[in-house]
Amino acid sequence: MAGEEARVARVRAKVAQQPAAPGAAGDVAGLLRRVCVVAAADLRAFGVGTHVLSKGGVHGFSVASNLVGQQIEDLQVTIGEGASTEALSSRRPVLQPDLVGDDAARWPIYSAAIHDYGVRAVFAFPLQVGAILLGVFDVFRAAPGMLSEDELAQALTFAEVAVMTLLDGHDASADGLAEAMAHRTVVFQAQGMVMVQLGVSPEVALVRLRARAYADGRPLTEVAQDVLSRRLRFDKRYP
Amino acid sequence: MTAVSTERVARVFVEVADTLVDEFEIVDFLHRLALRTAELVDAAAVGLLLTDQRGSLQFMAASQERVKLLELFQLQTDEGPCLDAFRTATPVVNADLRNAAGRWPRFAPQAAEAGFRSVHAFPLRLRNEVIGALNVFGTDANARLEKEDIHIVQAIADVATIALLQERSARRREILTEQLQAALNSRITIEQAKGVLSQALDLGIEDAFDVMRAYARRNNLRLGDLAHVVVTDLASVPGLARP
Repeated sequence: MAGEEARVARVRAKVAQQPAAPGAAGDVAGLLRRVCVVAAADLRAFGVGTHVLSKGGVHGFSVASNLVGQQIEDLQVTIGEGASTEALSSRRPVLQPDLVGDDAARWPIYSAAIHDYGVRAVFAFPLQVGAILLGVFDVFRAAPGMLSEDELAQALTFAEVAVMTLLDGHDASADGLAEAMAHRTVVFQAQGMVMVQLGVSPEVALVRLRARAYADGRPLTEVAQDVLSRRLRFDKRYP
Repeated sequence: MTAVSTERVARVFVEVADTLVDEFEIVDFLHRLALRTAELVDAAAVGLLLTDQRGSLQFMAASQERVKLLELFQLQTDEGPCLDAFRTATPVVNADLRNAAGRWPRFAPQAAEAGFRSVHAFPLRLRNEVIGALNVFGTDANARLEKEDIHIVQAIADVATIALLQERSARRREILTEQLQAALNSRITIEQAKGVLSQALDLGIEDAFDVMRAYARRNNLRLGDLAHVVVTDLASVPGLARP
């Protein structure tokens, strides 16, 4: 198992050990909240939150590791500026290790507001897979300073687990997802082809590829390879 | 290999230096760098891999996007000359792929099968930091990189690193992460867009990439931005969507 897969597996195991809120054991929001709780402990964070974008008529929502984290997440949506807003619009991480220093002017209202909660550093990571944008993962810390190299690697892994959790929400079969996320070019290329074949979004195309791999009991990369070599074609009429 | 022409070297450095001034997209920049380096040392193929900041290297750009070649870059997440150069911060030069199966049991045979005879890898480094590696493939085992060639390619790799690290900025580490992570995702979008175009225009995956790149160049668009539109709203790209 490659280092990153091992790291993802470790995080998932920790999340599984977290007690679920009553009645929210299996739902996506409940799972995401548990990811935030584990991340807050591992990253020595004041709070960790995730905002999920609305999609296809489903309202967006936020979850967080604790009440303060939840309040900050809600605040960001209300204010309309800040690290996570910028991470979503620029589609890249936004790392602000010192909200008080020279960069305080970056987001005047936001910085002042979250400073009042005791936040001194904020790190926002978009939850994305190429052109798929699902939401944003935010780490709030009470002490200024950049994440260490190891903390950064961990934060990126937590964001990846959050992405997997969200994609799993579309489809029950988790098999092959870690593989799909392992930056396999063939899977991403096949995803693009299936989008056009079915006239669907990239998310749905990935779900269909995974469902096919699951049904056939084959690795996702193999199914993707078949799509690329035109041995397999998805058909709109036969879902 | 013959010693490289001074004029061509100068042109590459001017092009890279321009990047330091302009706002730029990493994938575009690295793609141009791969093309220039390949021309400079008469290499069959040149590619660049960057750290994902989680201990692995990810493929970013190449002088050509043959499927077999992409597989070779991807393989180096686990083993290969780039990973060695990345981990040791030292170049790997003039490795003969016929005698390298002991060193890289999976990479060497696959590279040989793809038609390559020699391979080199140069770390993208700045002082203590190594952020990736530049990979050079040759088809002629007798054409070795000479000492001067090695210095020049390493110098290109080092200058590229300076461009990526934004050395002058106080927010250097944060910017590096923001840029690297954006580039990694941009690369995924490019693969998705290749798939979309391949299906929509009934082209092979390599041709789909060429079409997209030519379109980006003609219309002065960044490759990553164009790829994003291709995936999210192909109909809005006149001249690429099938009429």
